[in-house]
Amino acid sequence: MRILEVENLSFAYQGNYILKNVNFTVDKGDFVGIIGPNGSGKSTLVKLMLKILIPEKGQIKIIGKDIKKFDGWTKIGYVSQKAGEFNGDFPATVNEIVGASLLANTGIFRKKPADYDQRVYSALKKVGMQDYGNKLIGRLSGGQQQRVFIARVLITEPEIMFLDEPTVGIDAKSEEALYCLLARLNEELGITIIMVTHDIGAITVHANKLICLGEAGVTVHDINEPVTDEFFSEVYGYRVQIHSHQCQNCGHMRQVGCEEC
Amino acid sequence: MINAFIAGILIGIIIPCIGVVVVLRRLSIMGDALSHVSLAGVAAGLVFGINPILSAVVFAVAASLCIERIRKSIPKYGEISTAVIMSVGIGLAAILSGFVTSANFNSFLFGSLVAISPFEKYLIIVLSIVVLAIFLLLYRALFYITFDEESARLAGIPVQPVTIVFTVLTAVTISISSRVVGALVVSSMMVLPVAVSMQIAKSYRQTVIFSVLFSIFYVVLGLFLSFYFNLKPGGTIVMTGVISLIITLLTKNFKGIVKKGA
Repeated sequence: MRILEVENLSFAYQGNYILKNVNFTVDKGDFVGIIGPNGSGKSTLVKLMLKILIPEKGQIKIIGKDIKKFDGWTKIGYVSQKAGEFNGDFPATVNEIVGASLLANTGIFRKKPADYDQRVYSALKKVGMQDYGNKLIGRLSGGQQQRVFIARVLITEPEIMFLDEPTVGIDAKSEEALYCLLARLNEELGITIIMVTHDIGAITVHANKLICLGEAGVTVHDINEPVTDEFFSEVYGYRVQIHSHQCQNCGHMRQVGCEEC
Repeated sequence: MINAFIAGILIGIIIPCIGVVVVLRRLSIMGDALSHVSLAGVAAGLVFGINPILSAVVFAVAASLCIERIRKSIPKYGEISTAVIMSVGIGLAAILSGFVTSANFNSFLFGSLVAISPFEKYLIIVLSIVVLAIFLLLYRALFYITFDEESARLAGIPVQPVTIVFTVLTAVTISISSRVVGALVVSSMMVLPVAVSMQIAKSYRQTVIFSVLFSIFYVVLGLFLSFYFNLKPGGTIVMTGVISLIITLLTKNFKGIVKKGA
């Protein structure tokens, strides 16, 4: 089932086209990686799909509806780049942050839903953070904070989850655990994941589709077989080599991409 | 004196409610800008024979809407709008104060215990209740926007209208507070109780509740001290808050040292 359709999409910042005639589709249950060098328009593409930006030309259909008329935003989750850059001294507990989506449009005079506590706990449990509900968000590590932001998205039971470079600022071990968590959410809950990343090694292991924004324009690559060094070198415009190692959390063979010295 | 206490306690409740959001969104300078504009409004009211609190409210609300409009035009340098409005406020207040003949103007700089008329008392009561009711109505939306504006928008919160309403609430709060606390110190009162409660609170909800309690404590103690020692109430209230912040920070640091040593 098609869950996202992008047709002839173009977007320009002050007359300069960042994206031109982009076309791709995403099926329900896909794990999509959006890769490409800095400034290639990865975050812009995500913001267009979330209606944060309005395209110059083209059409986006999300869960079967034109994005202009789409109103089911509770089915869409978004973990932004900014999530990792929030005010670390913000005096809010993990429970308050995760539960915020459920209470977003209710005044303080309105009672919380009867299953509010249960849903907060359940969302935190899905990301392995159920024991941290009463902790202040600023007291957690970067990896733990990212898990909380994912739980905040999960609480509304989304069909699609967008993530914009969620591994920025977290260590390698937490990064590996985050990829395993996303893969599990994708496989077990059937959530479609669309993720902007620079971590080309990890994304090629977990994703089944790559949207590559490079010098040659936008290309879509279905990962039925391992992606080659040449493919990435073409996207990034310089030589890229992939090394393999095994993930300690899930046992998946992982590939680590690095620019050839 | 009774009028000052009633007005003071109400203001003590609403200032930190607004202050929590102002501090966490790093908009403290907006409080300064609006307080200077409300001072210009006070001067205009005294010059043209209008109730100075009413004219301060009108000036501050107009200024708050201008801040939002300019910020929308230059989103990347949003703080420019606050700086421009602050300059307008200071400039207008300076010019208009030259035409004020009554000594009443000085009571708006650092607050006054005796100057509150029965009409002003009722005005402060009504506006405080309105500000508090709207703040509580928007409490959860404001929390979400303050923490993460983009996600709040996706969660269906009308971010722009809520932000405009909040800015207007800030303007009203500042202008009605200038009578008791004084226009020059009202922005400090937005920050101090919040800064103290952030040192000890274990959640956002606690931060709001503790801020309100600390604020009421500063206002009541400050008014008592200013009454018995014949001091300016605004200055006394703010200095009570500053001392409380110093004590809290020292206690926290001392506890930290003891914990490390153990």
